[in-house]
Amino acid sequence: MIRLFAILIAFLLPAMAAAQSEEIVLGLSRDEVAITATFNGSDVLIFGAVKRDAPLPDGGPLEVIITLAGPSEPVTVRRKERVVGIWANTDAVEVDEAPSFYAVATSAPMPAVLRDIEDLRHAISIPRVIRSVGAPDTVANAETFTEALIRIRAGAGLYQVLEGGIDVEEETLFRGQISLPAALTEGDYVARIFITRDGLVVDSYETKIAVYKAGLERWLYDTSRNQPLLYGLMSLAIAIAAGWLASAAFRVFQR
Amino acid sequence: MQIYLPIAEVSVNAFLLLGLGGIVGILSGMFGVGGGFLMTPLLFFIGIPPAVAVATEANQIVASSFSGVLAHLKRKTVDLKMGTVLLIGGLIGAAIGVVLFNYLKAQGQVDLLVKLCYVVFLGVVGGLMFIESLRAIRRSRKPGGGVPVRRKHGLVHALPFKMKFRVSGLYISVIPPLLVGLSVGILAAIMGVGGGFIMVPAMIYLLGMPTKVVIGTSLFQIIFVTAFTTLLHATTNFTVDIVLAVLLLVGGVIGAQIGTRIGVKMKAESLRILLAMMVLAVCGKLALDLLLTPSELYSLGASGGH
Repeated sequence: MIRLFAILIAFLLPAMAAAQSEEIVLGLSRDEVAITATFNGSDVLIFGAVKRDAPLPDGGPLEVIITLAGPSEPVTVRRKERVVGIWANTDAVEVDEAPSFYAVATSAPMPAVLRDIEDLRHAISIPRVIRSVGAPDTVANAETFTEALIRIRAGAGLYQVLEGGIDVEEETLFRGQISLPAALTEGDYVARIFITRDGLVVDSYETKIAVYKAGLERWLYDTSRNQPLLYGLMSLAIAIAAGWLASAAFRVFQR
Repeated sequence: MQIYLPIAEVSVNAFLLLGLGGIVGILSGMFGVGGGFLMTPLLFFIGIPPAVAVATEANQIVASSFSGVLAHLKRKTVDLKMGTVLLIGGLIGAAIGVVLFNYLKAQGQVDLLVKLCYVVFLGVVGGLMFIESLRAIRRSRKPGGGVPVRRKHGLVHALPFKMKFRVSGLYISVIPPLLVGLSVGILAAIMGVGGGFIMVPAMIYLLGMPTKVVIGTSLFQIIFVTAFTTLLHATTNFTVDIVLAVLLLVGGVIGAQIGTRIGVKMKAESLRILLAMMVLAVCGKLALDLLLTPSELYSLGASGGH
């Protein structure tokens, strides 16, 4: 299917005169992810082709970077210290913006596909995505808090670096796969695709994947937020009914 | 079978939760404790966010206690009057506890507080119960030494507002039961426990109630306090996960029924010594967590103070 897609593009190429010499044409295996009760993670296949109206430019090979970012939110990172013999949270640093999920997949090792200056401009690598205005002066080694955030989220599979995770064929077709973990926050997930040559971004493309709770999960979540009292009473009713049922069932069972 | 929890926003194995519910349910029925003091740390361990674990556990305790109390009501081992007095204290305590919980959550100290509460209370209660039960067993083993020591007339008899508790065979002031209820209510809200593991010994040793009615009465009180706590958490923190609760309580209510039947067949002393050992084991595990250098010094929390 991808090949068909590419052939189609090849035919269209002469007719189109693009402003840039190389442009991204993208496909997604899915543009929405529904979290249902049995949701256990999901794979998103991102594929596409590079459209060009000139012969292959000189310079290094074409490289591709794909990023997928969950909704960003502020996070408080706390550090434990020994206080009177026990370990307690002492210092805290507020990280202003950190995506709940972030994956970056590249066609080759990071230094080969992206220069630092471009990373800074487009915020591609994980440390660049996380925005922290700065810790209060009272906290020593504030940068270790951001590192800890990345370490913890990477350990949970929420931050992924997939170097070499993208296949590029003939400097034209590319495809990569990103696995979304089961513990997912809902919201709009932004997929960005960059093509680079010699570490410089030639073109980029952005699209959204909607991740949302569906069915019973949706209804329960909405009720708990919009009608918390009703939700609480419902929880209790279920609890009491279950307790009574079990007791009644056992009485029958004993006779 | 993995299942996605809508409020906790994590995916867990449904059978694991059913199994945990069942085991804790059996203990709950045997000892008349809600089982929260075991379940809440277990939920932390399998990756449920602490705030959700505490709130949901309160809801689950309602179910297992209700199931347990029905069995006790049938055997007439519930002192409703004493239960009501304890309950009044408990409701006030639960309200204080939730306010305290929310304040400390904003400060980032709620985990520490919860764990410290566990270590201190489990340690003291477990230790006292263990020593007392050992003594009781030794007494009962001595030939002809089975005569119980006559209860001393302590503080509980000196205070005003005396009331007759017929089922318990007591004529004491209502102040001590009110205070017991109050402190258990605070703990219920903070620790996500019913508080049975504190109330049961308090009723036996402080109020001097007979062991036979203690378990049913504590379950009776726990139902209402945890129901109230559930509602408070649901409306202020939105942290009650109904899917998690249902899975736990299906296992829990069945376990509680089995446990109640096992409990009837066992001697009170051996029951108490078992409970004491379990309480001490949980206490030791949590104390180690606080004292040993953790593998990860940093932790993440939602941005506080909103």
